[in-house]
Amino acid sequence: MAIFTPRANLFMNAALIGAVLLGACLLLAIRVVPVIGYNTQERFAPEQPIPFSHKHHVSGLGLDCRYCHTKVETSSSAGMPSTAICMTCHSQVWRNAAMLAPDRQSLAENIPLRWNRVYTLPDYVFFDHSIHIAKGVGCTECHGPIGDMDLTWKARTLYMSWCLSCHRDPAPHLRPRDQVTTPDWRRTPSTPSGEALMADYHVHTENLSDCGVCHR
Amino acid sequence: MKRRSAIALVGLTLALAACDNMANQARRNPYELPYGSQENWPVMPLATAVARDEPLKPPSPPPVTMALLERGRQRFDINCSPCHGRLGEGDGMIVQRGFPRPPSYNIDRLRNVPSQHFYDVITHGYGIMYSYADRVEPTDRWAVAAYIRALQASASASLADVPPDKQKALQ
Ligand code: HEC
Ligand code: HEC
Ligand code: HEC
Ligand code: HEC
Ligand code: HEC
Ligand code: HEC
Repeated sequence: MAIFTPRANLFMNAALIGAVLLGACLLLAIRVVPVIGYNTQERFAPEQPIPFSHKHHVSGLGLDCRYCHTKVETSSSAGMPSTAICMTCHSQVWRNAAMLAPDRQSLAENIPLRWNRVYTLPDYVFFDHSIHIAKGVGCTECHGPIGDMDLTWKARTLYMSWCLSCHRDPAPHLRPRDQVTTPDWRRTPSTPSGEALMADYHVHTENLSDCGVCHR
Repeated sequence: MKRRSAIALVGLTLALAACDNMANQARRNPYELPYGSQENWPVMPLATAVARDEPLKPPSPPPVTMALLERGRQRFDINCSPCHGRLGEGDGMIVQRGFPRPPSYNIDRLRNVPSQHFYDVITHGYGIMYSYADRVEPTDRWAVAAYIRALQASASASLADVPPDKQKALQ
């Protein structure tokens, strides 16, 4: 009796083709899955205890980022506004709005509001806001068009490749220091070139892509 | 035997897959709750606690320099102009949206108060205005006070106060 029936050829071919297809699918998945929005959470806006709108407060009222994110120039963390900061204005305007009830409760009970994070880096990455602000990297370079956001959504992947793409060539991303918080800043003919700013602010790229800069 | 190693292999693979490639480590980030903790966060400091870099007594007024005024303008535009307006007239954006109107800095009473008064208003608040002690550093408070003085001076300035070589540009 023959071990292989005539149909064995068919099975063999089917198995080979199947294996190749499976491999191709896996390779494709490895390339594609990390960059689809579901995984990077790009454009994703987590729900917040209060539907806070940067569009109204930043573009509408013209508030500077540093009014609320008070520590962004001096510390690694930008800092979230305390309840008292909201209450500076909302003790008088919109004082009875139901939307702001969690804020009033937080003030009365002396328990901070807990905002849900939009941007988070893994713990093995070291990041510092103050150095980027001091060297003229604008908030919108990393946080997107925040002046147009009703709910804050994530504008960048925060992948290592993204950090490196700028660290290797920061010049096109720099702006004059006094414009870092402007949400709708545009380069005009009179703005100094990126190279001039690099020299001005002493930005040196030689060591900026070393692993130890971000992984300490 | 073979069965057991197979089970072990599957088990170990699953365990490995559960690792979150070290994204969560024994490093406390700002605002991060201690792992598994239910406590209200952050724990309030003791009433008697002092911040690490806090100076022991308030700084005395620094000499007024151009750098101080520039710093004062920046801090004023960030923290005060939403209500008091860029020129200190009391007509900022928030006031236009219904916030009670603060007095203009150019009224006689505020022209005649010592600069210490501005420092104290920033530190302790005034009437319905909240304290800015958590937002404006002590040395910056003097910078803002100096800038308010500059705003007051420029509101009552005339052409004769401008240096002769700059007068042309204004005419
Ligand atoms: C009136 C106060 C206020 C102002 C002004 C303000 N923010 Fe915010 N910001 C908040 C609050 C409250 C949150 C938390 C809620 C949220 O994520 O929308 C927040 C969240 C954020 C986040 C997301 C943080 C995270 O990871 O969860 C970013 C980024 C941000 N702000 C950037 C900016 C920038 C850039 C500006 C200036 C153009 C600015 N903010 C001005 C109050 C403010
Ligand atoms: C400098 C003053 C100021 C501060 C600080 C401020 N707000 Fe407001 N907020 C306003 C004003 C004015 C309006 C009315 C908006 C309008 O008329 O367009 C408003 C409106 C709102 C609304 C109503 C819906 C909307 O977006 O128009 C919410 C919710 C709100 N603020 C939340 C907050 C929270 C949360 C904070 C603290 C992080 C905060 N605000 C800090 C001035 C302020
Ligand atoms: C070089 C890119 C970059 C720039 C420029 C930048 N940010 Fe961020 N920001 C980040 C990253 C990355 C995180 C996440 C940090 C983390 O998880 O530790 C973040 C987090 C934040 C948060 C959440 C709280 C925190 O600090 O973790 C706020 C608020 C914020 N940024 C506001 C700002 C403001 C306001 C500016 C401009 C003055 C700014 N950022 C400029 C990259 C940037
Ligand atoms: C848009 C441009 C840009 C992006 C995006 C960016 N950086 Fe930077 N980064 C800079 C510049 C410019 C400097 C200042 C270099 C210098 O000191 O001369 C800097 C400096 C740093 C430093 C301090 C370096 C030192 O010498 O101590 C760290 C840490 C850092 N970046 C981490 C990050 C991380 C992590 C990310 C991604 C989440 C990131 N950066 C994304 C432009 C950028
Ligand atoms: C500009 C900052 C920066 C520099 C420089 C940098 N990294 Fe990273 N690295 C990151 C960030 C941000 C992440 C997190 C990416 C993420 O969230 O997926 C990361 C993640 C990683 C990971 C984990 C990847 C994963 O998928 O879990 C490894 C491994 C790594 N980096 C190695 C290196 C090595 C090796 C170097 C030096 C050649 C280096 N990094 C230099 C910012 C940096
Ligand atoms: C949210 C709006 C708002 C902001 C922001 C604000 N103020 Fe006021 N300020 C007021 C109001 C309203 C009054 C009048 C208070 C009263 O009479 O009850 C006032 C009063 C004052 C006075 C006059 C006190 C007196 O003797 O009459 C000074 C000085 C002053 N503010 C300085 C500042 C400085 C400096 C800042 C920035 C660090 C600032 N304010 C930010 C609303 C504001």
